[in-house]
Amino acid sequence: MPRQTIVIDPVTRIEGHSKISIHLDEEGNVEEAYFHVTQFRGFEKFCEGRPFSEMPSLMARICGICPVSHLIASAKACDAILAVRIPPNAVRLRRILNLAQILQSHALSFFYLSSPDLLLGMDSDPAKRNIFGVMESHPGVARDGIRLRQFGQQIIERLAGKRIHPSWVVPGGVNEPLGAAHRDRILEELPEAVGIAQRTLDWFKVEMEKFREEIRSFANFPTMFMGLAGADGALDHYDGKLRFVNAAGQIVADGIEPADYAAHIAEMAHPWTYLKTSFYKPLGYPEGIYRVGPLARLNICDTVDTPLAAQEWAEFRELDRGPALSSFYFHYARLIELLYALEKMGQLLNAPDVLDTHVRARASANNSEGVGVSEAPRGTLIHHYKVDRDGLITWANLIIATGHNNAAMNRGVLQVARHFIHGNKLNEGLLNRVEAVIRAFDPCLSCSTHADGRLALEVELLSHDGEVLDRCLTP
Amino acid sequence: MTKAPVRIKTLTIDGREVGAREDQTILDVARENHIFIPTLCDLPGLTAVGACRLCLVEVRGVNRLLPACVTAVAEGMEVSVSSERIDRYRRSILELLFAERNHVCSVCVTNGHCDLQSLALKLGMTHVHFPYQYPRLPVDASHERFVVDHNRCILCTRCVRVCDEIEGAHTWDVMSRGVDCRVITDLAEPWGKSESCTGCGKCVQVCPTGALSEKGKSVAEMSKRRQFLPYLTLMREARR
Repeated sequence: MPRQTIVIDPVTRIEGHSKISIHLDEEGNVEEAYFHVTQFRGFEKFCEGRPFSEMPSLMARICGICPVSHLIASAKACDAILAVRIPPNAVRLRRILNLAQILQSHALSFFYLSSPDLLLGMDSDPAKRNIFGVMESHPGVARDGIRLRQFGQQIIERLAGKRIHPSWVVPGGVNEPLGAAHRDRILEELPEAVGIAQRTLDWFKVEMEKFREEIRSFANFPTMFMGLAGADGALDHYDGKLRFVNAAGQIVADGIEPADYAAHIAEMAHPWTYLKTSFYKPLGYPEGIYRVGPLARLNICDTVDTPLAAQEWAEFRELDRGPALSSFYFHYARLIELLYALEKMGQLLNAPDVLDTHVRARASANNSEGVGVSEAPRGTLIHHYKVDRDGLITWANLIIATGHNNAAMNRGVLQVARHFIHGNKLNEGLLNRVEAVIRAFDPCLSCSTHADGRLALEVELLSHDGEVLDRCLTP
Repeated sequence: MTKAPVRIKTLTIDGREVGAREDQTILDVARENHIFIPTLCDLPGLTAVGACRLCLVEVRGVNRLLPACVTAVAEGMEVSVSSERIDRYRRSILELLFAERNHVCSVCVTNGHCDLQSLALKLGMTHVHFPYQYPRLPVDASHERFVVDHNRCILCTRCVRVCDEIEGAHTWDVMSRGVDCRVITDLAEPWGKSESCTGCGKCVQVCPTGALSEKGKSVAEMSKRRQFLPYLTLMREARR
C-alpha cells in the first residue's frame, strides 16, 4: 500500500479557517499530522503609521468573537505608552468587561461548538451534530447555553454600548462610567446565570465518565502551561505576572513582568501554516512547548478567590493530582471559569466605587514602547507596540492564545490520529475526533487568519503521488 | 450715499415658487425654504467654492448640471434639486470620494459624527462601484494637539478657508493636482513645525471627516464643534 495523505478541509465548528492533513505510511499507520491555518491577516503590518490611540479599536477588528480581549490587551499596551496608572474604577470596569467576554465566549465554545460532540456522540449523524441537533434532543441544555452567552453579550452591551467591537475601552481607561440602572439589571440577572453554570458543571462531571478514551487520547501529554497569575497567585484574567508551570506542577518561571515576555517566549514560523508557533525560549523548540487557556490557567494558579469556583477548582486539581494534562479537560476548565466569571463580576459590581465617574487618565505618548497582556478566553494575549515621537505606530507584535497552543494542537492532532485512524478506510466519526481535539482548544483562528467562506467538511484520501483514492463531503 | 435697492427675483424649486434676493445662490434660497440639497464643502460662514459637486441641480434650459452653492438665482429660473439623474450622480460622487482614499469608518475617529458617512447613508449609497485606490498616504501627528490624516481627506478645503477667512492665518493651502492633490500646512512642512499656525483648532472643528482630529481621540470619539462659526462671522460683519 502506498503512502497516503488524509486531508480534513476545512475543520468545522471552530472559530476560523483551517485544515488538517494526516500522512499515512505504507502500512496505513499515521506517520505525521499537521494542523494548517490557511489564511493570512497582516494586522501587525497595516497598523504601522496609525496613531496609537486608534489601536484598541483597530486591533479589536482581528476578531468578532473576542474583540473585547483585543481591546483590553491593546488598551493596556497603550496605557504603557501613555505611562499612566489608570483610575481604579477604570480597571474594575475593564475587568468586568473582560469577564463578560470570557463568559460569552466560553458559552459559545462549550454549548454551540462542542456540546454536539458531547451530547450526541462523536459518531452521530454529522448532519445533526450541531447546535440545532442539540436543540432537538436536549432543549434544556441548548437553552441554557444560549441564555449564558446572551447574558455575557448583554453585559458587554450595557457597559460598552454595543456587543461587537465597542469603542468604549480607550488608552487611559474607558470613555463612559457605568450607570446605576445597568449595574442593577446585571446584578438582578446574575443568580440565574450562576444557576445555569452550576447545573452544567454538575451534569458534565457525570458525563465525563463516558469519554475515558477521549480523555486518554485528546492531546494528553506532558507540556508546560503558561498564564497570568494575579496577586497571591490567584486566578486572574486582567492583570498579573506571567508564570510557567511544568507537567509535574512545579513552577519553572514566575513573576515575569508582562513587558519582559520576549525574554521568555519566542515565536517560529512553519512552512505549512500561517499561524506562528510560540515556545518557552530557555528550553527551545520543541522541548519548550506549552499550553495556555482555561486548562493552563487552572493548572498554574495557587488559589481561586470566589467561593463556588474555588470548590470546583479544588476538585479539578484532584483529577491528575497535579496539572490536568489531557486537553479534553479544557471543556471542564471552561465550565469552572464560567462560574468564576459570574461570581467575580458579582463581586466587582457590588464594589462601592463601581459607579465612580473618574474612569479615564489623559496623557500623550510618553513612552516609545508598550506591552499589554491579558487573559483572553483562549489564553494569554500579548500586544506589543512601538511608537515614534508623534505617537504613530512604527512596529507591532501580537502573540495570540492560539499561537501559544499551536505546537500542542499539532501534537494533539497527531496523537488522536494515531489512536483512532488505522488503514485507508475513512470513518467520519474517527475523523470527527481529530477535529474535536482541535475544538477542545477552542482555537480562534480568526485572530490570526481571515474567516470567510462556507464551512463544510471535505475529506480527501490521497496517495503519495497525489491521486485521490477516496473523498467525502458533508452536505 | 444711498444704497442701491436690493432686487427680488422669483423662481421655482421643485415646482415651489420662492422669492430671493438677487445676490443669493440657489443653495441659500433652498435652505431658507427648508429644501434639502446635499453639500460637503459648503459651510455657512465660509466662501463657497463649488469643490465637492454634491449640490448639483438641474436648471430648465441649461444642459449641464449646476452647483447650487455658486449659482446665483435668476428671474423665472426653474430648478430641480432632486431627480433620478441627480441622485445617481450624487451617489457616484460619494462613491468616488470613498474609492479615492482610505475611508475606513469602523476604525475612524469620527465614526458616527462624519458628514461624509452620514451623507452616504442619507443618499442611499450602498456600495462603491469603483475600484478602491488604496493610496499609501501619511498621517502627520507632529502638532502637539492635532492630527491630519490624509487618508480621510476629501479636499473640501473647509480648513483652508476657515484658516484664511476667519482665523486670518492662512496656514492651510492646497498642493499638486489630481490624485496627488493634498492639503498642506505652510509650505508643505510638518504641521508641528508651522510658524503661521496659531493652534486655534478651527480647521479641526470644520473638517467634515476624520482627516483633522484632536490628538488622543480614540475611535468614534471625535465629534466636531462648529457653533463658533456663525457667531464669529456675525461679529466680524458687525464691526465692518
